[in-house]
Amino acid sequence: MVKEIFIEIGLITRFAGRFFRELIKPQLEFSEFVRQCFFIGNKSLSLVGITAFIMGLVITIQSRPTLVEFGAEAWLPKMVSVSLVREIAPVITALICAGKIGSGIGAELGSMKVTEQIDAMYVSGTNPYKFLVVTRVMATTLMIPILAIMADGVSLYGGYLGANIHGIVSWDLYWNQVFDTLVFGDVLPSIIKTFFFGYVIGIIGSYKGFNSNRGTEGVGQSANSAVVISSLLVFIIDLLAVQITDVLNLN
Amino acid sequence: MDGTAVNTNIFTKPDRDAVITIRNLYKSFGDNKVLNGLDLDLYRGENMVVLGKSGSGKSVLIKIIIGLMRPDNGSVHVLNHDICQLNSSQLDKMRVKVGFLFQSNALYDSMTVRENLEFPLRRHWIKTTKEEVNRLVMEALKNVGLPHTVDMMPSELSGGMRKRIALARTLILKPEIILYDEPTTGLDPITGKEISHLMLDIQKKYNTSSIIISHDINCVKIVANRIVMLIDGKCEATGTYHELSISKDNRVKQFFE
Ligand SMILES: Nc1ncnc2c1ncn2[C@@H]1O[C@H](COP(=O)(O)OP(=O)(O)O)[C@@H](O)[C@H]1O
Ligand SMILES: [Mg+2]
Repeated sequence: MVKEIFIEIGLITRFAGRFFRELIKPQLEFSEFVRQCFFIGNKSLSLVGITAFIMGLVITIQSRPTLVEFGAEAWLPKMVSVSLVREIAPVITALICAGKIGSGIGAELGSMKVTEQIDAMYVSGTNPYKFLVVTRVMATTLMIPILAIMADGVSLYGGYLGANIHGIVSWDLYWNQVFDTLVFGDVLPSIIKTFFFGYVIGIIGSYKGFNSNRGTEGVGQSANSAVVISSLLVFIIDLLAVQITDVLNLN
Repeated sequence: MDGTAVNTNIFTKPDRDAVITIRNLYKSFGDNKVLNGLDLDLYRGENMVVLGKSGSGKSVLIKIIIGLMRPDNGSVHVLNHDICQLNSSQLDKMRVKVGFLFQSNALYDSMTVRENLEFPLRRHWIKTTKEEVNRLVMEALKNVGLPHTVDMMPSELSGGMRKRIALARTLILKPEIILYDEPTTGLDPITGKEISHLMLDIQKKYNTSSIIISHDINCVKIVANRIVMLIDGKCEATGTYHELSISKDNRVKQFFE
């Protein structure tokens, strides 16, 4: 069992490394890449938006009593904006995308594998890794940061509404406080880590799909384990990111 | 080739020129020895059926020929190229001349029939104008009798139609050799017969040489110029339909009952 896990890690690492080798080869599949970006945005925009909004609202409402206790109610926008932008919006976005995009890629490539469509690409003079995997991984790596930035904005807006339920915080005051609090050192690392989230989600979905077992239940399994593994990796990357920013004194 | 063949059929005469020559081919997956020193020749212009039980390694054999799998040992020459020596771009060039019809059709679900047919044309970088591509697509669809499906999605088609579209996609590059993987499996007997006759038409029209993997005896009867039996990873018996159907060998007889 332990041995199998290490073999799997080795295979995934090799598959992930192949991405960079194939990426620099000529003949970028540009139209397929654009199509994938569009799919990803289209598929998860509303879900990411709604979830981010609710998280912003709820976190603000729940943080309020604690701050009131210390007479620090005025700090509400400060505190909430840091946790939303640094942690909650990026991780929520990544988890939603692992569930929607990662499983989608796993299922799509898995069914292409078992119905021999991937073999058919080889026969048609196309490298399926380049055509299917590189385009999808590039698309997730680009789109998940964009979705995360959008989630930042929406969740902060949710925070604004949350702050206004009991007290009154003017629009200008809220945003002034938010932007005063958030410095480069908060925002940049949180955006950089979303590129890694995106890459991992794309790679794991593709790996699982590409290595689907024969038969249709293999496809379901690929989609399922793509979600489990990429969600786990999102948390691991998040943990590493917080360690790194800690060392660099950016926390 | 040794076997039960008598040279009554022009297709078994040894002086015909071979387009595929396989010698001493070995392939195993772990402990599962699938091909065990197999020898095979495909002669120009013939329809050769490879008959064998399911799981006997028929698909593995033709996937090795097209370079989708690597043999463990032995030599495979296709149109005078040793496929084990080719790099990937040479392999792509060879694949323009060798068509492959997949058992599960392998139509791209996310593309229309037209895009499916254009795919090999575009991907093999065959430089043509838009009108020329369109003409080739329509010609291939007419060859299989389905020109009206050009803008449909594969999911809208019946099993028999999908098989025809897959065949059209194979034909669009005008291959010299076609490898059919169980072309009639999963189709009803009437559709199976239609597909079999279509394969004969294609052989006549384009003078293609084909390896047809099958265990559908009705299809075999229609399309085969010559039959080879794949038993225990080797080609055991060869001959025409008539010759094999009167064979005394039990392993051969069971297919013709
Ligand atoms: N990619 C693979 N990995 C492991 N075993 C395989 C693979 N492909 C085929 N096999 C095994 O090889 C044998 C022959 O398979 P196949 O050629 O598909 O049979 P068939 O004659 O029905 O087409 C089977 O036992 C199958 O399990
Ligand atoms: Mg097979």
